[in-house]
Amino acid sequence: MSENQNPQGPSRDVARHDGDGTVAQTDRFVDPGVPEHHPRLADVDPKAAKRNERIIALLFAISCLGTIGSVVAYFAVRPDGTTPGVRMSTVLLGVAIAVSLFGIGFAAVHWAKTLMSAKEYTEERHSSSSSEEVRGAVQQQFKDGLEDSGIARRPVLKGAVVSALALFPLTIAVPLVSSVGGDWNVGSFRHTIWKKGTRLAYDPSGRLIKASDLTVGSVAHVIPDVPAEERESHEWITEKSKAVVLLVRMDPRDHKRDHREGASYDGIVAYSKICTHVGCPVALYEQQTHHLLCPCHQSTFDVADGAKVVFGPAKRPLPQLPITVDDEGYLVAEDDFNEPIGPSYWERLK
Amino acid sequence: MSTTTTPPVAAEPSTPIGKTADYLDQRTKIGVLTKQLVRKVFPDHWSFMLGEIALFSFVVLLISGVFLAMFFDPSMALTTHHGPPAIMDGQLMSVAFSSTLDMSFEVRGGLLMRQIHHWSALIFVAGIVVHMMRVFFTGAFRKPRELNWLVGTLLLILSLAAGFSGYSLPDDVLSGNGLRITDGVIKSIPIIGSYLSYFVFGGEFPGEHIIPRLFTVHILLVPALILALIGVHLFLMVLNKHTQYPGGGRTDKNVVGYPAVPAFATKMGGNFFIIFGVLALMGGTMAINNVWNYGPYDPSPVSAGAQPDWYMLFLEGSLRLMPGQAEIVTWGDFTLSLNILIPAVVIPGLLFTFLFVYPFVEAKVTGDHREHHVLDRPRNVPTRTGLGVAFLTAFVILALAGSNDLIATHFALSINTITWVFRILFFVGPVFAFWVTKRICLGLQRKDRELVLHGHETGRIVRFANGEYIEVHRPLDEQERWLRVNYEARRPLEVEPATDARGVKRKGYKKDKRWQKLSRFFYEDRVEPVTPAELAAAHAHGEHDELEPAHEAPALVSGSGTAEREH
Repeated sequence: MSENQNPQGPSRDVARHDGDGTVAQTDRFVDPGVPEHHPRLADVDPKAAKRNERIIALLFAISCLGTIGSVVAYFAVRPDGTTPGVRMSTVLLGVAIAVSLFGIGFAAVHWAKTLMSAKEYTEERHSSSSSEEVRGAVQQQFKDGLEDSGIARRPVLKGAVVSALALFPLTIAVPLVSSVGGDWNVGSFRHTIWKKGTRLAYDPSGRLIKASDLTVGSVAHVIPDVPAEERESHEWITEKSKAVVLLVRMDPRDHKRDHREGASYDGIVAYSKICTHVGCPVALYEQQTHHLLCPCHQSTFDVADGAKVVFGPAKRPLPQLPITVDDEGYLVAEDDFNEPIGPSYWERLK
Repeated sequence: MSTTTTPPVAAEPSTPIGKTADYLDQRTKIGVLTKQLVRKVFPDHWSFMLGEIALFSFVVLLISGVFLAMFFDPSMALTTHHGPPAIMDGQLMSVAFSSTLDMSFEVRGGLLMRQIHHWSALIFVAGIVVHMMRVFFTGAFRKPRELNWLVGTLLLILSLAAGFSGYSLPDDVLSGNGLRITDGVIKSIPIIGSYLSYFVFGGEFPGEHIIPRLFTVHILLVPALILALIGVHLFLMVLNKHTQYPGGGRTDKNVVGYPAVPAFATKMGGNFFIIFGVLALMGGTMAINNVWNYGPYDPSPVSAGAQPDWYMLFLEGSLRLMPGQAEIVTWGDFTLSLNILIPAVVIPGLLFTFLFVYPFVEAKVTGDHREHHVLDRPRNVPTRTGLGVAFLTAFVILALAGSNDLIATHFALSINTITWVFRILFFVGPVFAFWVTKRICLGLQRKDRELVLHGHETGRIVRFANGEYIEVHRPLDEQERWLRVNYEARRPLEVEPATDARGVKRKGYKKDKRWQKLSRFFYEDRVEPVTPAELAAAHAHGEHDELEPAHEAPALVSGSGTAEREH
């Protein structure tokens, strides 16, 4: 500890001083100073230094090989469009690039750790604030600037400049905000494209559904029947987002409560597939319990009991689509849903 | 550094580098700046590298992101996909999804870049979180670095925004459902929810605007903000000089470490290549987000067991835990979806508020206006450490709750039971974690005291002439001791009495009293560091201490304490 930077002796001596009663006892220990610097092997042994130099050079060489390897992999392995082919190309390229990068990285770190100086330095810190003189000068500058502007003597100008600056963002904000929300017709949340007489069709094939197709216990994912070409548009995706329905045929005796008059047909019930929590498709049907589970947040609905919530973060039952059969035996909607489908929103009941 | 000798005079530039430097300096005075930076001293510790992980992952994100932007087409126009993979050939999908498939299957290295980009994003956020943990637990956010803590917290939020907006771009089933959940959350906001939903989607969900909008957010707005704030973050770091861990010779008035050039900069540069290498290896060998397995967005299908990226799990879990009964209808038949607002807005709001205000609250209850450049050992500030662990516990419980379906299927447990357990744990867990952590910290502090007072156990039993046995304890060397005694056990605030000398009620007394209460919560339990007097007292009656002075009584022990120490 001879190189100790601390002028005072090691604090172990305190005990002895105390015994003598000669030195005033401090209530804190004294800083022993920066620990002694220990040279590394490569600092004292030229052989070790030489060895490290070779290791570093080798690592850089490995990096060069990695780079060459990545170029070779790029040209030599042409993916054939199959998943395994693409995977092979990805793995080879990725590993080669990693080798190239690791070579440089490890070489640099090894170099810094073994051959570059490991001597610690101490630097003074200065206060984070500026000095009183500087602060004074800045205050004076602002005062002078304010004085020069003369704004204090001209209150009208003050009001004018504030008004103008406060208003001008509207020139950008008004056109932006009024256009960014499309037609702003939030009333669309209320309606879907289901209406009286719309036939039920399988999703995604679009095949129509006959009541007689469904056996007891079967489930169908359903969309409204629209011409195939209409289904190739954005309007359709947006409408489908609201209109998807889950159709379940249960043994009528399993129903725990009478369904809305005319809403179901011979034990077949249709519920909106959009969760009343945050709008995921409720897709997991458990045949034995008649429970419908939303895979996103596990809201669970009891189809036998008006799709009311039995567990999870949703509050309201899934809206029911009233259905019946038409003359040809196809399932059709009797009407739109009698309430907005999907997640709640502020003016939902308005 | 030759600070004491006369300053060296610049040589006439002769090399190309010298001439370039001369050219630049004549025009920019860049020499002044460089002089400050080149040999600037940086303290060294492995934990100072955590922020570098975040920084370098971001650089990799920029590099791989530029690559991806060359091939991605952020359009929601519908198209029929032609080409690989076979399962997607001939399907109707958005141009965004189709171009994602093209860049994965037809652009060589495209899938690699996608995977590197995705992994980098995950590591980027993880790097930020772990870096923040280091800063929090060591008290590096204290004056003068509170502002930089705020910048860092903003960066965390921006990184979440970057991750979320990027995740949604391929327009696949999974990300589409994520957007739908977002839409549901937006709609739950009172009064303006429906309009905000229209604002975001340009109409009803999903519409045809969201992908191009998210693209602009993802490649322009958010990265520009992140870059700017990283600039501020690093500038403030250099301006304030880096903090240092406690130890001999390290004070609030100095900085002990290595000069930037060469060793520090070389290590840092090497670290960039190593991190990039790890990310390339992950991108090359670990498949992530194979969107062709999910298919293009369709509002009807959804897959079970789907998880968002890890940093979004806490929000997902929060949504899953909240019971639905909280949705209420207010006066005038307005729907207030507290079952969504509380978990998706209030809880993350509280978590981030904690992060934003903590440095200021701690400064207030500590009554401390000094600058701090020497870090705290986490054990020496038990309440802060406890609060940090409680925060993390809440975060982890929410994240686990976001995987409750996977936990259920993997361990064959009832999902309802798991959800209930997490609901309870969310309240009990953080309190318990706080209490345990604080106790552990106090215990470690007491152990430090023991060590300082009585030294290391050596396992060497010595018998005295009178038959007494003792175990020899070896005193700590002064560096070891300094580390354990050099801290401040902060005390609760003192408040001025409620009335002044003339019995007049003092304004603000109640407020002071409240702060004092909080201050007591922070600093009531504390372990004071050993003082020299205590050590002297311990030595005086210390029969367990090293037989001191050992070298004066060599006959008693074979191999004195000093010899022991030198081994």
